[in-house]
Amino acid sequence: MTGLLARLGRSGIIFLRHLGRATVLLLHILASMGEVLRRPRLLLEQLFSVGVLTVLIIAVSGLFVGMVLSLQGYYILSQFAAEATLGVMVAASLVRELGPVVTALLFAGRAGSALTAEIGLMKATEQLSGLEMMAVDPVRRVLTPRFVAGFISMPLLAALFSALGVLGGWFVGVGLLGVDDGAWWGQMQARIDWNEDLFNGVIKSLVFGFACVWIAIFQGYNCLPTSAGVSRATTRTVVHSSLAVLALDFALTALMFN
Amino acid sequence: MSLTAGTQGGEASAARSVERAPLPDESAREPLVRIRNLYFSRGERQIFSGLDIDIPRGGITAIMGPSGTGKTTLLKLIGGQLRPDQGSVEVDGLNVHELNRQELYQLRMRMGMLFQSGALLTDLSVFENVAFPLREHTALPEPLLRKLVLLKLEAVGLRGARDLMPSQLSGGMARRVALARAIALDPMMIMYDEPFTGQDPISLGVLVKLIRQLNDAAGLTSILVSHDVEETNAIADLVYVISAGKVVESGDPARLTQSGSEWTRQFMQGLPDGPVPFHYPAPPLEKDILGAES
Repeated sequence: MTGLLARLGRSGIIFLRHLGRATVLLLHILASMGEVLRRPRLLLEQLFSVGVLTVLIIAVSGLFVGMVLSLQGYYILSQFAAEATLGVMVAASLVRELGPVVTALLFAGRAGSALTAEIGLMKATEQLSGLEMMAVDPVRRVLTPRFVAGFISMPLLAALFSALGVLGGWFVGVGLLGVDDGAWWGQMQARIDWNEDLFNGVIKSLVFGFACVWIAIFQGYNCLPTSAGVSRATTRTVVHSSLAVLALDFALTALMFN
Repeated sequence: MSLTAGTQGGEASAARSVERAPLPDESAREPLVRIRNLYFSRGERQIFSGLDIDIPRGGITAIMGPSGTGKTTLLKLIGGQLRPDQGSVEVDGLNVHELNRQELYQLRMRMGMLFQSGALLTDLSVFENVAFPLREHTALPEPLLRKLVLLKLEAVGLRGARDLMPSQLSGGMARRVALARAIALDPMMIMYDEPFTGQDPISLGVLVKLIRQLNDAAGLTSILVSHDVEETNAIADLVYVISAGKVVESGDPARLTQSGSEWTRQFMQGLPDGPVPFHYPAPPLEKDILGAES
């Protein structure tokens, strides 16, 4: 019993220590935001690396998720002769939940892991130490542009995911299953609320983006500077980000939709 | 530029024939780096326990010792990347660990460091790597910056490699590019972390000669951390041998080679057994072998 308590205490202390370090790093990043405004080229490079290079997986996933939603929804709704509401169901599922959540999970797997590996390798090959010894703050020069790029990219990618999901759903629902085109768009326009659906979805994707990119950058910056250390940090980024996204989604949904 | 001419040909055998410039009058000048009563530990392991070192201006001072004695750690303490548990590190009269971040960065702009791996930024070309500190810390117009970078690359013999990426360089070339980057801001001192490790004889000769010539031509102070005895002795003006967290002996290389200390002699002559035993502490062999059978 004492041993169990001791282990729990140790784990708690380690967790709090990591949380403290991550918070200090976050404050340092936030205090360095001026660098992004002063040198927008650094941000543009990272927007390409973090955002643009993630577009393909997000676009394809969004399209297929929308198509599957439409298929599944049609077979349920048709039992109640409510096929006309298929467009609303697909759009609401995407903008409220699946858009932000699935995008965040894919973002953590593609961009988050790449960020951690890149920063971790820079640490392992002494590039970050080299910057420090050249009197260049690595947080300001390397981490802050990546953080801002991730934070900006996430809601844009989630919007792309949802938009392509709706189009994929339309292709299956209207194009293949024969749902009325006017009903599809008309019901969607009437029922999808700007604040309750779209705005809340954007808030979710901003929060998920913040969490994913914070975890990814901290794991890379805090990793052991060895190949095994970088590998473990990359794995932790994907696992921690995914868990954080799912937990935050529950908390935000509870808050937003009471 | 004499530096360039000096690096061409005969480098492999140059280690022993490197000429030293006369040292400045040391009595009239304070040491550039003064380390006093330095204590530093990592976890349970004590790395330094009461280390005292003076690095005179204008010369090459070597810090030598077996692997794991904390030579690289010492450079990080001098550069302010690590904090000591106790004691002080002064560089040019400034206590490194009492400076705030901005003051520390101001000081680092007057220091160069050559990392063991080179630490080149892998997404930038050779030219951009050398230009990096100039772009970060100066507002030089592009034509002037280009000339400066090409001159620095000329000094290390790699002007022709300016468009290559770090992944296209050999280990020796990467270190020479890193050296050009380290001198980009014309620092007062350069710290070399194991510059000779893993180099072929030609690269080794080039590096030995470059370190000496850059030091003398640019009026630098160099701190050289290494366990390569022959190459280090060929260029060092002063050698500190450290072990178990303290300075074991110091002096000019010739004197240390003839040292009466058994430990120093073993290290300087590379003897396999001595005060540092060949065998890691273990129970007697008979007990291990026969004891297991009985």
